[in-house]
Formats: sequence, structure tokens, C-alpha cells
Amino acid sequence: MRIAVASGKGGTGKTTVAVALSMAVSEKVLYADCDVEEPNGSIFLRPEISRTEKVLVEVPEIDEEKCISCGKCAKFCQFNALVSLGTPPLVFPELCHSCGGCAIVCPTDSISWKKVSIGEITVGSADSGRVSVIQGKLNVGSSLAPPVIRQVKSHIADDILTVIDCPPGTACPVIESLDGADYVLLVTEPTPFGLHDLILAVDTVRVLGMPFSVVINRFDEGDDGVENYCKNEKIHIMAKIPHRRSMAEVYSRGGILFDAIPEMLDLFKSIPQMIERGIEVE
Amino acid sequence: MKIAVPSPGKDLESDVDSRFGRASGFIVYDTDEKTFIVADNSQNLNAAQGAGIQAAQNVSSTGAGVVIAPSFGPNAFKVLKAAGVKAVTCSAGTVKATIEDYLNGKLSESDAANVEGHW
Repeated sequence: MRIAVASGKGGTGKTTVAVALSMAVSEKVLYADCDVEEPNGSIFLRPEISRTEKVLVEVPEIDEEKCISCGKCAKFCQFNALVSLGTPPLVFPELCHSCGGCAIVCPTDSISWKKVSIGEITVGSADSGRVSVIQGKLNVGSSLAPPVIRQVKSHIADDILTVIDCPPGTACPVIESLDGADYVLLVTEPTPFGLHDLILAVDTVRVLGMPFSVVINRFDEGDDGVENYCKNEKIHIMAKIPHRRSMAEVYSRGGILFDAIPEMLDLFKSIPQMIERGIEVE
Repeated sequence: MKIAVPSPGKDLESDVDSRFGRASGFIVYDTDEKTFIVADNSQNLNAAQGAGIQAAQNVSSTGAGVVIAPSFGPNAFKVLKAAGVKAVTCSAGTVKATIEDYLNGKLSESDAANVEGHW
């Protein structure tokens, strides 16, 4: 089973929840850090790294001998990665989405492909080998998160419980991270900001047709907008994590949820079973 | 000679736009004919990426030999250079005053991008 941990808003506690879930269960688990612009689950899981691999994408390379400067490739490119000024095109590889269209429209077959690295995958394990940790990291200056996320996901095996730590927001990197997951936990906080972005996230997972529930972090602060919204929308609240000073202290030292709030452990332990039993709407 | 200046307006009394890539248009003044046209750049307002690149292509296709703007990013600068369009920097003001300043030698050509991408 693959459980994705997502949110609309950043900073609500996705990594806190994803790490807690990975550490709570006693079975083998794979923690996949798909928040490739700022992967930080490893700070808390402290995996032993066994290997790294590069994430390569293909970008066009122009054969200026064969090119007739017709500009068809540049006109085709929706990402402005190719520019033709009546000359062989200039290539901006960092803008290329590797769609391959320019090579298809080129009448003289002048475009070949060159591999460039846009990120790195780290493979490791934590908690004496019980937790496999796969982390994707996008290179600074690269803007294409989805290929890095796809490569993280290529390491997921079907027979192991997998926790996917998603990036914030509702755009392409989130969709790519959610794709293939069986269930989504949406982490939010009880504030107007949390509610606003939770609604966006709920709209997203509903369009994707994925079963989901909500985790409210820093529960006893803020207002009751999120709870009322969930009640009206008949959305199950899977967990309410209390707001404690001790949690902030533990977090600041790279500790995990149960170091500060041990009474949450039983609930997190039972989340995979609850999901399997189909608790979606109360 | 044609001189392009980014502007949200439609005439020479309009202000210079502080943005190059995401300006809604360029006022292109012909110093020989003493006339101007407004070249549309509005497809770049919502471009996900590469606005500076596309704007530089748009400027080049107007036949302008010079473009005057407060700032140019690295990709825009690269395209302008390849297209043989001089990139000249200015401060705020009207399009008319900016072009006059340039013609009076008060503005100078830029030899590199003066802001980061996505400035």
C-alpha cells in the first residue's frame, strides 16, 4: 500500500507526519521523499546511505551543418527552450521538458539528444534496516521536479508499505507524487491559511478520485474553521496532533513526533490498518 | 534605426515598463521616419517560463536594432546578443524621454545581464 502525505500549504507538518508514520509501524516500510526541492525527511530518519544515482534528462543538440534555420523547432517549443533568429536555434536546456517535439518537426533531422543531469537520488536505510529511505533532490537551477520524482517512485516495490512525502502545493510536482498512491493524508493546520490551502488540496485529490483524510497539526491553536469544513464536507479527520512546546523543542533537535508526544504512537501505528479497512468518511 | 522600449502604454508619453520579459508590449520608434508602432508582448504575461527569451525574439522580429529597458535577465540578454540587438539600460521615465536620452548619448549599452533570471 502506498500512502501519500500531502498538503496545500507548506510548513503544515507533512514530513513530521510522514516520518512519524514510517517510525510508528513495526513492519518494513519505504519512505520516499518526493519533496525534491527541499527533501528533509533524512534529517529526522538519519538513514545510512548505500548509494546515489543521477537523474538524467535528454535535451536537444543541434547539428548546425544539417540545420537549415527554418525555425520550426523553436515555433513548436511551448517552453521557449529553443530560439531561432533566422539562425540555427539557440538552446536553453534548463527550460526543456524533454518532450521530443522539436526533433519530430525538424525537416532535416538535425536534432539529436544529449543527456544532462538535473538531480540526484539517494538510497539508504534507517531504523536498523526496517525503513528504506529514497530521497530525490533537484539540482539548484533546474526547474523540472517531475522527472526526479518519477525516478524516486521507480524504486517503490508493490509489496512493501510506502509512505510518500509530497511537496507542498497543488501543481505538477504534487500530481506526479500522488500518481499511483492508494491513499492520501492531507496535513493542515487550524488557521485560515491552513483551511484555504486545504480546500485547494481537497479539490485536487477529488479530481484525481483518490481516497483521503485529514491530519490537523498544532491542533489546539487557531480556530475551528478546518474542523467545521471537514464536518460539512464529510471528510474524516484521521489525527489531531496537539500543539506542544515540547514538540517544537524535539523538532528543533531533529527528533520525531513520538519523542515529544508518545501518546500519538498507537494512533499512527493503526493508520495503515484503518486505511485498509476503508475508513474514509465518518 | 528602430528603438524598442517596453511599456504598458500605447504612445510615446507612456512610462517605461520596469520589466522586460513580462512587459505587455514594446513601443518601437523609427528614428528615420519619426513614427512608432506598438508591438504586442502580452502572450508573455502568463508564460510559465522563458518570458525574457520570447520577448527578446519579439523585439528582434520588429527589426529594432536597439532595445532600452531598466533591466535584462541572462536569457533575454543572450538572445538579444545573438540577434544583434543592442541592449541599453535606463531608469524610470517616459518612453519619449528615454529615447531622447539615448539619442543624446546619455545611456550606455550593457555588456552583460544586469539582473538574475526571474527578477
